[in-house]
Amino acid sequence: MLAHFSKRLGMTLLVALLAITINFLIPRAMPGDPIEQQLSQLSASSGGNIGDIQAMVQSYRERFGLDKPLWRQYLNYLADVIRGDFGFSLVNYPERVSDVILAGLPWTLALLGASTLISFAIGTLLGGVLAWPGCQPWVKVVGVPVILLSAVPYFILGIVLMFVFALTYPVLPVAGGYSFGFMPAWNWATAVQVAHHAVLPALSIILASIGSWAIAMRGMVISIRGEDYIMLAEAKGLSARRIFFTYGLRNAMLPQLTHLALTLSHIVSGAILVEVIFAYPGIGYRLYQAIHAKDYFVIQGIVLLLSVSIAFTMLVLDLVYPMIDPRIKSTKPS
Amino acid sequence: MSHAPTRLLRILRLLGKEPLLTAGVGLLVLIALFALLGPFVVNVDLAQIGAAMPRQRPSAQYLLGTDVQGRDILATLVLATPQTLKIGFFAGVMGLGLGTTLGLLAGYFRGWTDTVIRTIADVVMTIPGIAVLVLVATNVRSMTVALMAVIVAGLAWMYPTRTIRAQTLSMRERPYVDIARLNGVGGMQLVFTEIFPNLLPYIAASFVTAVSSAMLATIGLEALGLGPQNELTLGMMIFWAQYYGAILRNLWWWWVPPVAMMALIFIGLLMTSTGMDRLVNRRLRVES
Amino acid sequence: MRQASHPGKDKFGGALLEVRDLHVEFATPSGAARAVNGVSFTLQQGMRLGLVGESGSGKSTAVLALMQLIKAPGRISGGRAFLAGDDLLAMTAEQMRQARFSRIALIPQGAMNSLNPVLSVCAQIDDLLTAHGEKTDPGKRRQHVADLLHRVGLPESVADQYPHQLSGGMKQRVCIAMAIALSPQVIIADEPTSALDVIVQKQVMQTLIHAQEEVGAGIILVGHDMGLMAQFAHVVGVMYAGRLVEIAPVHEIFSNPRHPYTRMLISSLPTFTTRKVFRGIPGVAPSIINPTTGCPFHPRCPSAVDRCAVDVPAEEFVAQDHQVRCHFAREGVPTSAIGAAVD
Repeated sequence: MLAHFSKRLGMTLLVALLAITINFLIPRAMPGDPIEQQLSQLSASSGGNIGDIQAMVQSYRERFGLDKPLWRQYLNYLADVIRGDFGFSLVNYPERVSDVILAGLPWTLALLGASTLISFAIGTLLGGVLAWPGCQPWVKVVGVPVILLSAVPYFILGIVLMFVFALTYPVLPVAGGYSFGFMPAWNWATAVQVAHHAVLPALSIILASIGSWAIAMRGMVISIRGEDYIMLAEAKGLSARRIFFTYGLRNAMLPQLTHLALTLSHIVSGAILVEVIFAYPGIGYRLYQAIHAKDYFVIQGIVLLLSVSIAFTMLVLDLVYPMIDPRIKSTKPS
Repeated sequence: MSHAPTRLLRILRLLGKEPLLTAGVGLLVLIALFALLGPFVVNVDLAQIGAAMPRQRPSAQYLLGTDVQGRDILATLVLATPQTLKIGFFAGVMGLGLGTTLGLLAGYFRGWTDTVIRTIADVVMTIPGIAVLVLVATNVRSMTVALMAVIVAGLAWMYPTRTIRAQTLSMRERPYVDIARLNGVGGMQLVFTEIFPNLLPYIAASFVTAVSSAMLATIGLEALGLGPQNELTLGMMIFWAQYYGAILRNLWWWWVPPVAMMALIFIGLLMTSTGMDRLVNRRLRVES
Repeated sequence: MRQASHPGKDKFGGALLEVRDLHVEFATPSGAARAVNGVSFTLQQGMRLGLVGESGSGKSTAVLALMQLIKAPGRISGGRAFLAGDDLLAMTAEQMRQARFSRIALIPQGAMNSLNPVLSVCAQIDDLLTAHGEKTDPGKRRQHVADLLHRVGLPESVADQYPHQLSGGMKQRVCIAMAIALSPQVIIADEPTSALDVIVQKQVMQTLIHAQEEVGAGIILVGHDMGLMAQFAHVVGVMYAGRLVEIAPVHEIFSNPRHPYTRMLISSLPTFTTRKVFRGIPGVAPSIINPTTGCPFHPRCPSAVDRCAVDVPAEEFVAQDHQVRCHFAREGVPTSAIGAAVD
């Protein structure tokens, strides 16, 4: 058991290291110097002569440590990352990248966490019901369009929802995390605002992802239905509900969780785009802003954070498996 | 050559058995036809900037209206659809090619090859695709359709690798492979003559998945503004529409057509891949 | 062949289960397959009835039908099954659900896979108890579970284990524990020992008998092992192609088999005393979709004559409690082409 855990931990750390390295190398592998570009842009937008750009570039390079040899930079980078120092935002200097991230993180966690949990629960149940005999017709009628909806990327659905519910029939707010001009604080009014603004983004994610859970679960449950223990459960005279949940669904849960782990990065990607569409002040939206401002350090910091958090979430899920499926935990028959 | 027509006939009959598959493929064929024949039917000059009056609602003259720069939306759609399909198709092919090769190698030779390939695939799958793509895309000086296809293919190979690897692992234990091996057929040749033909259905299914994920990645990048700025694709249409505030300004005819077209493409791909899944996995077909 | 001592017929209680003319059909693209084609028998209290036959003979299907466990595309197309006066086949779904395991229980064929992998043994026996209304507190139920495990020779610690931690024999015994938990009137054991080795087989069968004697139930033992039947059954029924072709008390059927198929089954059993060439039964099991006319066994029967291909043999009494479906039941087979010594 411990051996398994340490192997998985090792794997996760490897992934983290790889992510850091890729993160480090790609910008440096590409042609062009971000600092130079940034400064040139600044000088161009303020109408020309700001003095000796090269000297400025050089001093910035020293400041950011970009004049040292590559391996040196890499080690520095590694040390910084472990300490949580992702550097400074190029655009909003002296704001630190970690500040930018921390500002957006709670929003994203709340949205992503809640939406994923809800759609997982609904989708899994839907899939199970669709696969079970005696499935009511109305479930199929509702279920099929929902499944088709899962083909569409989350943010596309977001655009449609925004159009219908925020513009045509303005029931819900169009964008943002809270109303324009509102000062957020730790009070009830803020909570209401936040919830109100999170409805459309959450709905986009939920509606567009239920289908994939449902399809996966349905496949699993169909194959479980043919198992001997289901037959005996029925022969024992257990209630249909008991058989469905404890003998059917529970056995399909493990592969379903595996599916969650595998599609995690896909879900995160989708959520990022949803935040962009709704200008929802989470990590995704900050990433978008950084892309357009060419704020390289922020981009790197966020990308790194995403990769590492997904890797660790998968590790956590891995640890949850034995709790669900006793076969994994123990070793030999007595 | 008497095999070819009967093979084709068998495939067609197989398609007929699974209505979902037929519907999906049919939808995709229709879209492809639209993309191919569109330019001959619609006047594509109208897709130039300033070709028409801007911000016009749909009318008899401009069936889908015009955008803020005076382009006819229908003409734009006709030009953008094939571009998007091209990116998806080529990225899918590249991803599939890479994925199948890696999967075959990992599954057949096992041992170190397998461990290495599998670890790389797992690691890459962990990193959120959009993040890596964003990183690469932001550093590219100017994006083109071809370049997008290559970048996006980098995301499309993992799932085929897994699938093909799993199938190869199970197939290499089958008796006919053993017999071929006993007959002295060597490694690579074995892979291509014995295992590969039986993988075709899985390869076909993986192709659809690869194209799907490639298109998803493409559209994601384009919506973020990292797509080919000077070329027309469906994702760029949506990006421009959002950039110019089409949604807020109620220019619905600008963003609805590309959104609808994309939705249709994705739904077609989903139906095709689910249909293929069911065909390959007989029990699912019987059960519903 | 050692035969266990059996009580005479009078030692059994009254008639418990009366199956009359059971028919089960499966709808196939090529027509209806008659898996069970007019099977009738009576099970008495304390009796162990063995149903033998090759794969596809319909024996499992017949007993599963008694618990209404036949799933589409199969359906019960006719017959009655009276358990202490109530027709099992006519019960509503809810009535049948209540009757399952409380009045008629099943020990399934593949105990390997018949237990839920994610539930402990205790949980699985417990949900049987609660499903049938045992409302006592968990502590008492746990005691009941431990009790049941003891009765089948398992230690209480098994209750907290999971199926994958148990050996095949232990899993089978857990299934037996479940089968006797509610003291049912009839226990159906569907090839309970097929996957087990001989020693474990004997242990399991003895557990089963012991349990039966405690509870006073009747057992229907389904299997294809004539040797096992000889040791454990009181009455043996032979099934072929969905029909019951011979049924008799065990010593009668082994000493005086009247149906050619039964004879061939018995003669294919190895013995310590006789050295001979063992013949299998040539031919293959018949198709139940397009049954042949006449006697279903005639294509493989070494003593078949023209009449056999035309007329379906009816049930005939050869002796008290001994029924046979063969045109030559009474007068005996015309030629002894079977040529086997019978104990």
